[in-house]
Amino acid sequence: MKLSEIVRELDATILYGEDQLDKEIILCGASDLMSDVLVRPTNGILLMTGLASVQAVRTAQIAGVLAVVFVRNKRPGAEVIEAAKAGGIPLFATPYSMFVSCGRLHACGLCGLDGRR
Amino acid sequence: MASLRKSFFIKARDFAHAGEASIHIQNLLKSMHLDSALVRRIAICCYEGEMNAVIHGGDANIHVDIETDHLTLEIADDGPGIEDIARAMQPGYSTASEEAREMGFGAGMGLPNMKNNSDDIRIECAPGQGTRVHMMFLYEAERGIA
Repeated sequence: MKLSEIVRELDATILYGEDQLDKEIILCGASDLMSDVLVRPTNGILLMTGLASVQAVRTAQIAGVLAVVFVRNKRPGAEVIEAAKAGGIPLFATPYSMFVSCGRLHACGLCGLDGRR
Repeated sequence: MASLRKSFFIKARDFAHAGEASIHIQNLLKSMHLDSALVRRIAICCYEGEMNAVIHGGDANIHVDIETDHLTLEIADDGPGIEDIARAMQPGYSTASEEAREMGFGAGMGLPNMKNNSDDIRIECAPGQGTRVHMMFLYEAERGIA
């Protein structure tokens, strides 16, 4: 699924990464706990989180996450978007809850980190 | 290749900048064309250690030594030390503050994750003398320097 399709499906705002919308996502994980993200196989995944802090972006960069979606319309501060730019990590904000966001993308065919649906 | 040492200063409780040193190290290792799986293992260990130092440690220094066949990472802080290392190595055991938890950390998974992602880990600490976490990564499991 392309990032552009994810943006459409989640009615998301693009906070950063307009030029990366052709990138493909197969696996998706959802967590507010960065400690959890760091112990999972997260290379190339989409991360859904309610943690709109600079640590979410830095964790994503360290863990090889391809793009981050902030749920419940959480809008991060300017320093968070700057960190995403520095790391080249697309950032989106969706008005939907974590549950509904995950449900929408699951219905489109995205899998969990272990490849299961 | 001659060995190369890089050092970074980490300020205690500076959550705004926490992780920057690890990202700097990650970018450096990527630019050296180290295997991407190896770089990921090192970056995760470095970041977990950096966050531990910011959360618990007092000011700290990170030293990376890049050798021909292995890399060592040392994170040395001036904090209170770890009271019970065996317990701290157990997944889920945490003494982190509420502030750390609000940042998405402090779940008691940092040290076990550093153990899982490094080829060797040693932790030295004594009351009042801070904590020194020493990790080693072998290139042989991956491709090494191209």
